[in-house]
Amino acid sequence: MTSTDTVLSLEGITKRFGKLTANDHLDLSLRRGEILALLGENGAGKTTLMNILFGHYVQDEGVVRVNGEMLPPGSPGAALKAGIGMVHQHFALAENLSGLDNIRLGTEGLFALGGKAAARKKVEQIIAESGLEVDLDRKVASLTVGEKQRVEILKALYRNVRVLILDEPTAVLTPQEAEGLFTVLRRLAANGLGVIFISHKLGEVLSVSTRILVLRGGRKAGELVTADADRRAIADLMVGKAVAEVKRTAATPAETLLEFSDVHLRRGSTRESLRNVGFALRAGEIVGLAGVSGNGQGGIAALISGLAVPDQGAVLLYGEPITRADPRALVAAGVARMPEDRQHDGVVGTMSVADNIAIEEVRSGAFSRMGLLDRKAMQARATSAIAAYDIRCPGPDAEARLLSGGNVQKLILARVLEREPRVILANQPTRGLDVGAQSEVHRRIIAARDRGAAVLVISEDLDELFALADRFLVVHAGEVSDAGPSDRLDRGAVGLLMAGQAA
Amino acid sequence: MDVLLDIFGSANFWAAAIRIATPLIFGVLGALICERAGVLNLGIEGIFVAGAMAGWLAVYLGAGLWGGVLVALATGATFGLLHAVLAVILGLSQHVSGIGITLLATSLSYFTYRTALPTVTSPPRIVPFQPVSIPGLSDLPFFGPALFQQTPLTFLALAFVALVAFVLYRTPLGLAIRAVGDNPASVEAQGLSVRGLRIGAVVAGSALMALGGAFLTMSAFDAFFFGMVNGRGWICIALVVFASWQPGKALLGALLFGAFDAFQIRLQAEIGQVVPGQVFLMLPYLLSIVALVLVARRADYPRALLQPWFKGQRH
Ligand SMILES: Nc1ncnc2c1ncn2[C@@H]1O[C@H](COP(=O)(O)OP(=O)(O)OP(=O)(O)O)[C@@H](O)[C@H]1O
Ligand SMILES: [Mg+2]
Repeated sequence: MTSTDTVLSLEGITKRFGKLTANDHLDLSLRRGEILALLGENGAGKTTLMNILFGHYVQDEGVVRVNGEMLPPGSPGAALKAGIGMVHQHFALAENLSGLDNIRLGTEGLFALGGKAAARKKVEQIIAESGLEVDLDRKVASLTVGEKQRVEILKALYRNVRVLILDEPTAVLTPQEAEGLFTVLRRLAANGLGVIFISHKLGEVLSVSTRILVLRGGRKAGELVTADADRRAIADLMVGKAVAEVKRTAATPAETLLEFSDVHLRRGSTRESLRNVGFALRAGEIVGLAGVSGNGQGGIAALISGLAVPDQGAVLLYGEPITRADPRALVAAGVARMPEDRQHDGVVGTMSVADNIAIEEVRSGAFSRMGLLDRKAMQARATSAIAAYDIRCPGPDAEARLLSGGNVQKLILARVLEREPRVILANQPTRGLDVGAQSEVHRRIIAARDRGAAVLVISEDLDELFALADRFLVVHAGEVSDAGPSDRLDRGAVGLLMAGQAA
Repeated sequence: MDVLLDIFGSANFWAAAIRIATPLIFGVLGALICERAGVLNLGIEGIFVAGAMAGWLAVYLGAGLWGGVLVALATGATFGLLHAVLAVILGLSQHVSGIGITLLATSLSYFTYRTALPTVTSPPRIVPFQPVSIPGLSDLPFFGPALFQQTPLTFLALAFVALVAFVLYRTPLGLAIRAVGDNPASVEAQGLSVRGLRIGAVVAGSALMALGGAFLTMSAFDAFFFGMVNGRGWICIALVVFASWQPGKALLGALLFGAFDAFQIRLQAEIGQVVPGQVFLMLPYLLSIVALVLVARRADYPRALLQPWFKGQRH
C-alpha cells in the first residue's frame, strides 16, 4: 500500500457514551478504488465510527485524515467539503420536502436562484445510470421506506465525492435495486472512489467488497481480503463463535385463524391498492409473502394490523369479520405486529426500553394496579426480556432511540412474542439484523409456530423466506397468488411469480 | 340584512379591516418564520410592546419615522437573539423562554418610557405615517379608498408577505429553513448549521414582530399607551396555526381577523342599544376560534417544533 493511495485514515478513534465504549481505539484506512466492507454485530459500533468520520459525533480520542489532511472534528460541512459522502442508516431526510429538494439541500448558495432545473437534470441522469427510481416531486413523507432509502443514496451520489460511506444501504432495497447500486459502486470505485459499505447481508459483502473489516464490541475483531473469505469465516469472526443453523421441522397446520376473503382496498398515501385478495393463515403454519416491495404488502400489513378495513370483502379473525380499524382490539385479540419501519412505527424513541416493552399491554392488567402503572412489573419484564432476547442496551431505563437498529428489532420481538400471540405479522423481521440475531429471530418465529401461532412473514429476501415459510404466497400488482408449499418450489419459480408471470 | 349590506358595501369598512390587519400581518409572518425553523417564539407579545415603544420613542427624540422603523427592527432582533441564546443554543424550554421574554420586554419598555419621560402626564404625540396615494389605483371608485389609501407600513407589510413567501419557497435558504423545522438531522447531514439557521430565523422573525408593534404607535395611533398591544401577539400565534405555516394563508387569516374587528365596531354602532358592548368586543376572538377549529384541526405542524437540537445525540 503506497501512502499516496490512501484517501482516508482513522487513527485511534475512541468514543464513549457514559459507561459504554462504542469505539475503542479503532484504526482504519481506505485506498482509492477500494470497496471496504465494515461488518459487525448490531451495536458493534459501525454507525458510531461512521458518524465520527462524517462529523455528526465528536470523538473522545483519535484523528480523521483525508488525503493526509486532518479533518476538524464534529463538522459534517468540512467532511462534505473534503469529499466525503454518507448514506445514513437512520435516514436524514426532511419529510415535508420533496425528494429532489432533499437532494439539493445545502448544495447551492443560500440565495442562489433557479438551481432546481439543473439539479433535476443531474439527478435524473444519476437515476438513469443507477436504476434507483424515485418520484422526485413527491413529499418524502409519502414515500415507502425503500423509496426513502433511494433518495438517501441519490443524495450522496449527487455530490461529487471521493469517499462514499454507505451505512446499510441495501437493508430495504429489493435484490434488483441492490444489484443496480452495486453496479454503480463498482464503476465509481474503478474511477478511483473509495467506498465503505456496511451490510449484514454476507452474500452482498462477498460479491461487492474487496476487503472486509470486522468490529466486535467496539474493537477490531479481524480483517480479511474478500477473495480469501467465505460466509462461515466472516460470521464466526463477527459473533466470536459459530452461528447455529436454524432447522425447521415440517408444519402441522390446524384450524384457520385469519382469513382474507375477496379483499379490495383502495390506494392510500403510503400503500398500494389490493384486488381480489384471498388467503388463509392457519394455526401452526408460517406463510411467506414474497413480492417486490410496493406491490401490495403495505395494504395487507395495514389490514392485519388493524390500521385499515377492506373497501370490499372481509378479513376474518377467528371466523369473525373485522369491521373497525381498531389496532388495540386486534392486539387484545392476540394479533402481534412487527412493523416494517421499526424506528418510525415500532417504538417511541423518547420512551424507555421498559415502557416500550410494556406499551401494548398497559390496559391488560399485567402492568397496572388499580389503574396506575406498575413500574416494578414493567421493570421486571424488561430486565428478563433484555436477557432473554439479548437486547444490547445500558438497561431498562435507556431511551429506545439510543439503541442500534438491530436491538430495536429485538425489543419489538420481545414485546410481541412474550404475549404468546395467536396470529403474528412479521414484516421484514430481520431487516438490518446481524447474522446471529437473524438466526435468533428465525428460531423464535419457528418456536411461535410450533406453539400453534399462525405467522405471515413479509420479506423481499428469498433466502429468509425459504428458511422460514412452510407455504408461499406471491403478491404482484395488488393481487395475491398461492404458490403452494415451499418444499415444492424453487427460487426461479418464485422470482417469475414476483415479476407477474405465471410459473 | 340591510345593516350587513351597508357595512360590507362601504369602502371605509375594507380600509379599516386592512388597517387593523397590518400589525397582525407583521406578527404572524414573524411567528411563522420562527416556527418554520422549529422554534416557538412566545416572546411575541412583549416584542410587540418593545417595538411599539422603541420605535415611537426614537421618532419622538427626532430620529424620523423611518429611523423609528429601524430602531424597532433592531429592538425586535435583540430580543430575538436573547430567545435564540436561551432556546436554541442552551436548548431550554421554548415556552418558558418565550414567556420570560414577553414579561421582560413588556416591563423593560414601560420602565424605559417612564424613565425617558418622567414628567409627562398625558402621552406625548408624534406625527405618524400618513396615508399615501398611489397614482391611478387610489382614484379607482370603491377599490381606491378601500385598498389603496393606506400608510406606507401597510404596504410594507404586504410586501413582506410576498418576500417571505418568495424566500421560503423559491430560495435554497427557504428550503433549509423548512427542512430544519422538520428534521434538523437532514440539515446537518447536508453540511448546514442547524443552530445558525435557527438563530437567524428567530432573529429575523422577532424583528418583524417588532414592526407590528411599531405600526401601532407610528401609524395607527400617534402615541404610546400602556396595554395598547392588548393580546395582538397571542392572536398571531393562533393565526400561524390557522395559516398552516403558509405566508399566503397568514395574510388571509390576518385580514379575516381585521374584518371581524372592523365589522364588530360598525355593528356596535348600528345595533349597540340592544346588545351589551362586550359581546361585540368578544366577537372577533370568538369567530377566530371558530375559524381555527374549522381549519386547523388537521394542521401539519413542523415536526421538529419545540424540539431542541443537540449535536451528537440520537434523535
Ligand atoms: N448518541 C448515542 N448515545 C448513547 N449511546 C449511543 C449513541 N449512539 C450509539 N450509541 C450506542 O453505541 C453502541 C454502538 O451503536 P452503533 O449504532 O454504532 O451500532 P452498529 O454497529 O451500527 O449497529 P447496527 O448494526 O444495529 O446498526 C450501541 O450500544 C448504541 O446503543
Ligand atoms: Mg448501524
